Amino acid sequence: MVFINGEEYQYVNANLSDVLKELNYKKETIAVEINEEIVPKATFDETILKDGDVVEVVSFVGGG
Amino acid sequence: MIPTKDEFYQALVERHGAENQKKFDEAVVAICGLGGLGSNIATCLARAGVGHLILIDYDLVDISNLHRQQYKITQVGMKKTEALVANLKEINPYIKVETHQVKMTEENVESLIDGAHIICEAFDSPESKAMLVNLVLEKMADKYILSSSGMAGFDSANNIKTRKVSRRFYLSGDEVSDVNAGIGLISSRVMVCGAHEAHMVLRILIGEMEA
Repeated sequence: MVFINGEEYQYVNANLSDVLKELNYKKETIAVEINEEIVPKATFDETILKDGDVVEVVSFVGGG
Repeated sequence: MIPTKDEFYQALVERHGAENQKKFDEAVVAICGLGGLGSNIATCLARAGVGHLILIDYDLVDISNLHRQQYKITQVGMKKTEALVANLKEINPYIKVETHQVKMTEENVESLIDGAHIICEAFDSPESKAMLVNLVLEKMADKYILSSSGMAGFDSANNIKTRKVSRRFYLSGDEVSDVNAGIGLISSRVMVCGAHEAHMVLRILIGEMEA
């Protein structure tokens, strides 16, 4: 089980890039932390989610 | 008659307390983007007596900015950096302001904000917001990043909140109201969001780290 923005998902051993794509996130407009540590975008492809990981995806919208 | 620096400082000490005012006075805060968020954040911080601001924007004041940004009709066409410094100095003549009239990119971010301890993201585009937040969190380990997402439209101002995403990352806004969805930016709601960021800056400076 992994937690993404507080929701439970069965993405253990899944690749972060694939998961973000499946959940319809746009790489250019997000910041992703796993267990409160930023995940550099350059490492999304090689990041594998582990059981118990707490993933926070902040998805920015326009306006300022 | 303009009050002396000491009189101005003492008036702030009366409001905020001597210990807090010293922290505000010694702070260096960078504001990235000087639109509806940034011009309002800068105004709040200048009024509070934050000692040193770094202001960054490439844009000029446009008539379409005046409904929500801290500029005047007489400043249309001016560089935002120069117009804002003039306005801040009228509020607080003793503030130290460093300006950069430049577009922030992945290449120049670090050199532009290196002198600041707290960074306010105040851009318009989601790509720019994400770029700055990612860069500060990845590469600038000693800095706090305060960002905003979702403040467009006439929805309740009570939906604008600040949350602490992680130790150095705070996010203000309702996180959904997207200006690109065709809803306009309304001064009052944008100012609420900017005030959230500015208030979190002051809280961090006095050691109140919860959102």
